[in-house]
Amino acid sequence: MSQDVYAGSSDTSEGKVFTVSGQDWDSIAEGLGEDDTERVVVNMGPQHPSTHGVLRLILELEGETVTEARCGIGYLHTGIEKNMEYRSWTQGTTFCTRMDYLSPFYNEATYVLGVERLLDIEDDIPEKATVMRVLLMELNRISSHLVCIATGGMEIGALTVMTIGFRERELVLDLFELITGLRMNHAFIRPGGVAQDLPPGALDEIRSFVALMKKRLPEYADLCNANPIFKARLEGVGHLDLAGCLALGLTGPVMRSTGYPWDLRKTQPYCGYETYDFDVQTWDTADSYGRFRIRLNEMWESLKIIEQAAERLAKLDGAPVMVADKKIAWPSQLAIGSDGMGNSLDHIRHIMGESMEALIHHFKLVTEGFRVPAGQAYVPIESPRGELGAHVVSDGGTRPFRAHFRDPSFTNLQATSVMAEGGMVADVIVAIASIDPVMGGVDR
Amino acid sequence: MTESDHTDETPENKLPAQTGEVHEVGVRQGMFGVRGSGDTSGYGGLVQPTVFPGEAQRPYGGWYDEVADALVAAAHDAGVESMAPRVVIHRGEITFHVRREDLPVVAKVLRDDERLRFELCSGVSGVHYPDDTGAELHAVYHLLSMTHNRRIRLEVTAPDADPHIPSTVSVYPTNDWHERETFDMFGIVFDGHPALTRILMPDDWPGHPQRKDYPLGGIPVEYKGGTIPPPDQRRSYN
Repeated sequence: MSQDVYAGSSDTSEGKVFTVSGQDWDSIAEGLGEDDTERVVVNMGPQHPSTHGVLRLILELEGETVTEARCGIGYLHTGIEKNMEYRSWTQGTTFCTRMDYLSPFYNEATYVLGVERLLDIEDDIPEKATVMRVLLMELNRISSHLVCIATGGMEIGALTVMTIGFRERELVLDLFELITGLRMNHAFIRPGGVAQDLPPGALDEIRSFVALMKKRLPEYADLCNANPIFKARLEGVGHLDLAGCLALGLTGPVMRSTGYPWDLRKTQPYCGYETYDFDVQTWDTADSYGRFRIRLNEMWESLKIIEQAAERLAKLDGAPVMVADKKIAWPSQLAIGSDGMGNSLDHIRHIMGESMEALIHHFKLVTEGFRVPAGQAYVPIESPRGELGAHVVSDGGTRPFRAHFRDPSFTNLQATSVMAEGGMVADVIVAIASIDPVMGGVDR
Repeated sequence: MTESDHTDETPENKLPAQTGEVHEVGVRQGMFGVRGSGDTSGYGGLVQPTVFPGEAQRPYGGWYDEVADALVAAAHDAGVESMAPRVVIHRGEITFHVRREDLPVVAKVLRDDERLRFELCSGVSGVHYPDDTGAELHAVYHLLSMTHNRRIRLEVTAPDADPHIPSTVSVYPTNDWHERETFDMFGIVFDGHPALTRILMPDDWPGHPQRKDYPLGGIPVEYKGGTIPPPDQRRSYN
């Protein structure tokens, strides 16, 4: 056997170690042929494309059967929670939006709801800001579920599902760009409301997006729902019943695939979800196929909520999107000019030319920020992956004393072992895809 | 500031009224993080105690009394004598501060007692209060009862000198990774955890980064030997 720097073998005290990348599995088969054992320990990742970012899987195989599965995480740990302790409360949204990068609005929303509870301004948030939060969160649920279905499809060879999934996600990102100015990492939901009002024409764009999605979503059902290959790969894979979900703390689509309709939007409503008409989606198979169908159905429900939110926003034209309390409301304003979005020239003129008090006020709030009364709050919300909550602790200062995120990806990933062990190595990928972990959220 | 200023009752000079019991943890000095140098703002001498919401008084209202009574009764039946959790209710959230030695039994009755039924634990969140002498390290558990649709918070403390808290993995297996993370970030040792190792930081990492006394790195600047001080030593609002 010729020595390949990328795919060689060496003897260690632990046994023979093979380094395999790409398509050179033949070298493993050759090397193992001399051995009488079939037990192999495989390090999958942390850069394997099927592992949703940088997740390292340590699999112990007996032939093609997985006897033990362990996760190695932390490769994307960036210390966001620690960083937030050295920034103002408003700047915190800029950090936490980067955690779970597929559902940024949820990270912002749970953090902001916690801060608002500590400030005791939950009832003062303008209606328009709340409706806009709901609108953005539900759009985000669609884009997040699309990525889950798209990458999950790609991993089992259904490449068309991937291409059409990302095609539709692009439409959602275009809407985000129109409304917030950014495709991801928005920092748009701020303590007290949202960063700015809807731009002109946004509602029309949203309505045409909903109309288009209603035509496109059936394509996923046509491609997958009854597809024998798709079903053969997903049905019965990654099984986890309700007791297992509760013990391991799994929420979201994984728990709902056991038939238990637990959705915080219904059971513990926030942001006025109790006033929207939608249904909680469940399935009864407790497997990857059920989770796929739940995500597909939830996109329809999100479209229903988006339509209702758009209807309400049409009636709220010109209403405030930030809390009236000027000691909390972010003073800086943005506007769209000929060269894109930037500082509002009207606001600059006001603080620089007309009112010294306004300038002082702007300066103090932007540099120092506001103080949040001491205490702790935890306001969980239903993210696309399950219960996402921020444990926000204040010591009465202008910066978070501690912000800890209970990210559903982190918690749900613990189920890898129970879902994968005893199954085939090819099913590990399907099981993990059905959990839909986002490593940015896992490692924070 | 003279003594007579204290009688100035104009709204801007009035301190916010403290209602009920408070729990004092440390003090905040000055406003701009300036120590020792000439602070001409006049705020340098400002001393404000850091007070957290204090113990709630009976009746707590709503289902809080029911849960508190059931918890004490069930824990007593399970062998915890004279359990008197410090109950804090703030912004509609109830927190039970329990002794760390009681935690395994308390967690078990919270999960199993039919009046409580907190089936889901949303994990462990560590907090480091360096000024809370004798109870510097806090482990905070958010519990959810799906049966009764209730949420409570459980808080356990340990001193820096003896950072041990019993593990709850046997009751809530979901806390496996959460306790590893809290150990990784705060150095709280969860006794009885099946494999308490680092989870986010590399295995050979020194120190526990989320602790308030963890040294932060400064950034050298390639300009006349200048450096940017670490964030916790920069002059900033506090």
